[in-house]
Amino acid sequence: MIQSVEELESYAQQLRQARAEVQEEINVCMGTTCLAIGAEAIKEDLEACLAKKSSGRSCKVRPVGCNGLCAQGPLVMINATDESHCETIYEKVKPEDAQRIIDCTTGTGEACVKDITCQVDIPFFTRQKKIVLENAGYIDPDSLEDYIAADGYQALFEALSHMSPEEVINQVRTSGLRGRGGGGYPAGLKWDSVAKAVSEQKYVICNGDEGDPGAFMDRAIMESDPHRILEGMALCAYAVGASEGYIYVRAEYPLAVERLNRAIKQAEKNGLLGAKIAQTPFSFHVEVRLGGGAFVCGEATALITSIEGNRGNPRQKPPHLSDHGLWGQPTVLNNVETFANIAPILRHGGEWYAQFGTEKSKGTKVFALSGQIKHTGLVEVPMGMSLRELIYEVGGGIEADRAFKAVQTGGPSGGCIPADQLDLPIEYESLKAIGSIMGSGGIIVMDETSSMVEVARFFVEFCMSESCGKCVPCRVGTVQLYNLLSKFVNKEATDVDLALLEDLCEMIRATSLCGLGQTAPNPVVSTLHYFKEEYLAGMKDRA
Amino acid sequence: MTAKTDTRFKQVDRTMRKLGYERSALIESLHTAQEVFGYLEKEVLRFIAQRLSLPYSKVYGVATFYHFFRLKPQGKHVCVLCTGTACYIKGADKILAALERRFGVKAGEATEDGELSILSARCFGSCSLAPVAVFDKQTIGHLDEAATVEACERMCDDSER
Repeated sequence: MIQSVEELESYAQQLRQARAEVQEEINVCMGTTCLAIGAEAIKEDLEACLAKKSSGRSCKVRPVGCNGLCAQGPLVMINATDESHCETIYEKVKPEDAQRIIDCTTGTGEACVKDITCQVDIPFFTRQKKIVLENAGYIDPDSLEDYIAADGYQALFEALSHMSPEEVINQVRTSGLRGRGGGGYPAGLKWDSVAKAVSEQKYVICNGDEGDPGAFMDRAIMESDPHRILEGMALCAYAVGASEGYIYVRAEYPLAVERLNRAIKQAEKNGLLGAKIAQTPFSFHVEVRLGGGAFVCGEATALITSIEGNRGNPRQKPPHLSDHGLWGQPTVLNNVETFANIAPILRHGGEWYAQFGTEKSKGTKVFALSGQIKHTGLVEVPMGMSLRELIYEVGGGIEADRAFKAVQTGGPSGGCIPADQLDLPIEYESLKAIGSIMGSGGIIVMDETSSMVEVARFFVEFCMSESCGKCVPCRVGTVQLYNLLSKFVNKEATDVDLALLEDLCEMIRATSLCGLGQTAPNPVVSTLHYFKEEYLAGMKDRA
Repeated sequence: MTAKTDTRFKQVDRTMRKLGYERSALIESLHTAQEVFGYLEKEVLRFIAQRLSLPYSKVYGVATFYHFFRLKPQGKHVCVLCTGTACYIKGADKILAALERRFGVKAGEATEDGELSILSARCFGSCSLAPVAVFDKQTIGHLDEAATVEACERMCDDSER
């Protein structure tokens, strides 16, 4: 049991020393993607080769979370402990490379295995600013010791011993952190209203129901650094006066569920979660709840209804969650990435965080790059970076150097952005102004081979099958929208259909009950605005 | 099979007990039930309804609301094709159509002989492997129509030998 700041610090010191005794760390990426293409076998082979080695520099093989450059996986990162940066990254590693990697790393072979060495001075790495992902790729997600050695739980213990709940909220407010699930509501404000609500029982909920197709930021965070989320939630609970928390995770993310459950057990066993943390009156219990693959459950009221054991139907707001949330009690609900930002904000101060990003969008944002882009994977960049920089520099440009056509942000609730808007800085407001949204961070790049009408229909089909059926505009409207778009795809549309399409979009947006319906027409509206010629080409009298 | 003799019911009961037989334990209980039974047959849904003092209609309603729950048994082998955005952009819809043609089933169904289920998933989050599918436990990425059909055939052939 760790009972005080001092104890935690001396334990961390001890762990850091132990870690420094090994000269070279061989970190094997064990994220879902790398695991799917053989990371486990590579780790075992590396360990077997290392066990046979008796001379050379001391090494340790460590399973770690996502490095981000998923396109080049499986990845192995060689990290010298006397320097903080990642020295060598091996890409597309095969089990038969293990012996050579061990030889090079122990210093008994060549300097490095040249043919599989990944260039690390490329913008993909140099243009990133890692706050949320600072530990991803460096620590073993199943090891509490690794997290503590990386200053883990320090912010929580400091806050419990030396800060009032108001001071914690003040730091979060100063940081300018806004909800990373896509809505962008200021986290400090949300916490403040729950803190002010009068109730004996309050709840903290972490939304890990990452339902957007093409988004895997939260999965990577949960898989790479689960304790960070627990610490963020505990800090929030202390700030608002809650004693119970839930993490709602998609059942489709079994690895994330497993690692979170293990992290909770470890934290409870060591007195970092549970009753009377750090010998203060503050107690906080966390449980994982499995989602069932319903996109609508990403909506706050639907998620709460689901935790209560019901069909995930949203309800009218107000009353807001800050007054009437889980089981009718005041509730804070933030997503995974938001909570993952909290510990660093408290550790370094809100002002430190506010120096990154732009005036209204502070800090960094994690994006999942996918589609027709060279460096598919996970990146964290400062807010305000232009889409062009994100796609062409960090992302390495379009696959096979084909022509860029559009980028889709915000998943089924977002919009398609054309080439002439690429210099736009990534901010909540600027993306909204051009008909898209920040969303949770999925960036899907499309080249000249994609038909925008078909892409719009793809998203509408998604919303159609994910509509919970509670309100008519969404349940019926999305079906009508889908049928109309099919006419354009089959080149059977008329002028009447075009006018109807525009009307229908507006009707669904204005009259649906929850965010799912209200934003479902976005992909259609934005493609209609920027790529109207493709719709016109789908009309029978013009084709 | 009755609830008294089948130990799998005990496993479901354990989940309910852990959550104090509260009505909110429903979804967690369904997850456990699907894990141990493979799918949610009516008898299991009735069992859960009775233990949690919920109407059967409520249990059935929740089980059918969430895509993750299956009310029909799966084939001996399962191919889950990701149909997320990145996979769609790279042709997952054509792959799904090819699978449906080849095996004569729709996504979500099993072949008549019970050998193979073709399922589609919203997004694995393994977008760098797009188009990607999971064949039983094995993930294969960068698929095309022919490779996917072949992988399914191979999976079914292997078990015959």
